[in-house]
Amino acid sequence: MKLLGRYVLLLGVFALTIGPFLWQLSTSLKGPGEDVYRPDFVPSDPTLANYAGVAEVVPVWTFAANSLLVALVNVVCNCLGAAMAGYALARLKFRGRRLAGLVFAASILVPFETILISLFLVMRSLGLTNTLTAVVLPGSIAALNVLLLRNAFLALPGEVEEAAIIDGANAWQRFVRIALPSVRGTLVVVALFSFMFSWDDFLWPLVVLSDPDKYTLTIGLAYLQGTFFQNQRLVAAGTIIAVAPLILLFLLLQKHFFRGVGEGALKG
Amino acid sequence: MTHRPYTPWLFLLPGLAVVLMFTMFPFLNMIVLAFTDADALGGGQFTGVDNFLRMTQDPKFWTAVRNSFLYLCGVVPPLVLLPLLLAMLVRRKVPGITFFRTAFFTPVIASAVVVGLIWTWLLDSRGLVNNVVETLGGTPIPFLTDSTLLLISAMLVTVWKGLGYYMIIYLAALANVPNDLHEAAQVDGAGPVRRFFSVTVPALRPTMVLVAALSAVNGFRVFAEIYLLSGGSGGPGGASTTLVMLIQQTGTGLTGEVGYASALSLILFIVTLGLLLITLRLNRKEDAL
Repeated sequence: MKLLGRYVLLLGVFALTIGPFLWQLSTSLKGPGEDVYRPDFVPSDPTLANYAGVAEVVPVWTFAANSLLVALVNVVCNCLGAAMAGYALARLKFRGRRLAGLVFAASILVPFETILISLFLVMRSLGLTNTLTAVVLPGSIAALNVLLLRNAFLALPGEVEEAAIIDGANAWQRFVRIALPSVRGTLVVVALFSFMFSWDDFLWPLVVLSDPDKYTLTIGLAYLQGTFFQNQRLVAAGTIIAVAPLILLFLLLQKHFFRGVGEGALKG
Repeated sequence: MTHRPYTPWLFLLPGLAVVLMFTMFPFLNMIVLAFTDADALGGGQFTGVDNFLRMTQDPKFWTAVRNSFLYLCGVVPPLVLLPLLLAMLVRRKVPGITFFRTAFFTPVIASAVVVGLIWTWLLDSRGLVNNVVETLGGTPIPFLTDSTLLLISAMLVTVWKGLGYYMIIYLAALANVPNDLHEAAQVDGAGPVRRFFSVTVPALRPTMVLVAALSAVNGFRVFAEIYLLSGGSGGPGGASTTLVMLIQQTGTGLTGEVGYASALSLILFIVTLGLLLITLRLNRKEDAL
C-alpha cells in the first residue's frame, strides 16, 4: 500500500517533468488541419512537415551546425587547455603556483553577467564581434574545469609518475601518457558539461552575434519565436530539434551527468 | 629537477590567457567604466559617482532591482524544499527508480531557451494550462500579459527546471545521513514527519544552505526565462525587467550606455558577492554550534 502511494507520487512528478516536453513534441507533429489549441496529446494525423517547414522560414540547420561547431570546439579546448593548466597546478612545482591557482579560483567568483558589456568591448577591439570565434573564446577554458582537473590530478598517487621520471620522460610526455589517461572519468564530465553549457548558452551569443547566418540554435529559436510566433507548430519543431540531441546524449551518459553534479561541474 | 623552470608556464599559458583576457581584464575594466560616461563608441570621461546617483533617480533601476529580489525570494524556498522531498521520494531503490531519476533530471539539461519556449506555449492565453483552467470552470489566466503573473510564471519555470539538479545534490547528501539516527528516533516513537524535522533536516542543514545560496545567486541573475516568456520585451511596459535584462538593454546596441551599464553590473556583482558571504557566514555559525 505504501509502495503503491510512492509510485502514484512518482508518476505524478513524472507527468509534471516530462509532460511539457511531450506536449511540445505533440504540437510539432500536428498537421495544419488540426487545432493546436485542443488538448490532444496524440496528433490525429501526425506529420513531419513542420520540421521541413521550420527550415523554410529560418535556416534552422545552419543554426544547428553553428551550435554543434561551437560546442565541439568548446569541448576540445576545455579538455585540453583545462587539463594542461590543472596538471601544472597539481603536479609541477614552481614559483608562482599559488598565485596562478588563485587567479583561476578568483575568476569563478565573477558572474558572467557582470562582465557581459565589457567583454563585448574586448571582442570589438579584437574585431571579433558577430563571429563564432567570439562565441567560443570566453568559455573555451573555464576556470571551473581547471580546478576540477587539478583536483583529479592531485588525487593521483605520486609513484605513478616517479617511474616515468626515472625513465627520463619529460613533463609533456608524463602529462599525455600517464596523467591524462588516469583522469578519464573527470575528462568525460568536463567534456559533457562543456558541450551542454555551450549548446544551451543564450545571453552571450545573443549579445555578440547580430547576423542571423551566424546564429546558434538558442538565439535562432528566440528569433523564430519573435518572427513566426503565430505558427506554434514550427516553433515546437525548432524546440525539439534543439533539445533532442542533448536528451539523447543524456540518456546515453546519464551516469556521468549525475557524477558531474556531485563534483560541482554544473553550477545550476 | 624534473622540468625546466618555464615548462609549467607553457602548460598554464592557454588557460591563463583565456581567464585573464576574457574574465579578469573585462572585470577590472567594468569597475573602471562604472565611474565614466562611456557610450557605445567607447572613450568616456571620468564622472565619479554620477552613474550611481543617476541610479537612485532611475525608476527602471528600482523596478529591475525589485524584480530581481522578488525573483530570488520567490524561487529560493521552493528550490530548497521541493528537491529535498523529491530526493526522499527517489531515495529508496524501488524497481524502475533509475528511470524516474533520469526523467526528473531531464529539464536540467534542456536550455533555458527551450524550457522558456515550451512554457510560453503551455501558458499561452489559449494554451494547455488555460485549457485545463477553463475545463474546470475558470476564466483564462493572463500568465504572460500581466507583469506580476509573468514574474510568477517565470519563477515557476525556474523552479521546474532546477528541481532535478538540486534533487541530485540532496540525494548525495542523504546518503551520508547515518541510518541509526533514524532508527533511534523510530524506536523513540517519532513518526515520519517528526523524523523529517528532527533527524533529516538538521543533518542536511549545510546542504540546504548551499542549495539556498546557489539558487539565490542564480535567481538574482535571472535573464533567459523572463526574456523568453515576455518575447524579449521584459513584460508590459518593461514592468517585469530584471537587473541582468536592464544591463543587456542599457549596455548593448548603437545607443548602448556602456558607463551606466557597467555601474549596474557592479551593483549586480556586489549583491551576488554579498549573497555568497551571507552563506559562508551561515555555514560558519553551523560549525561553531
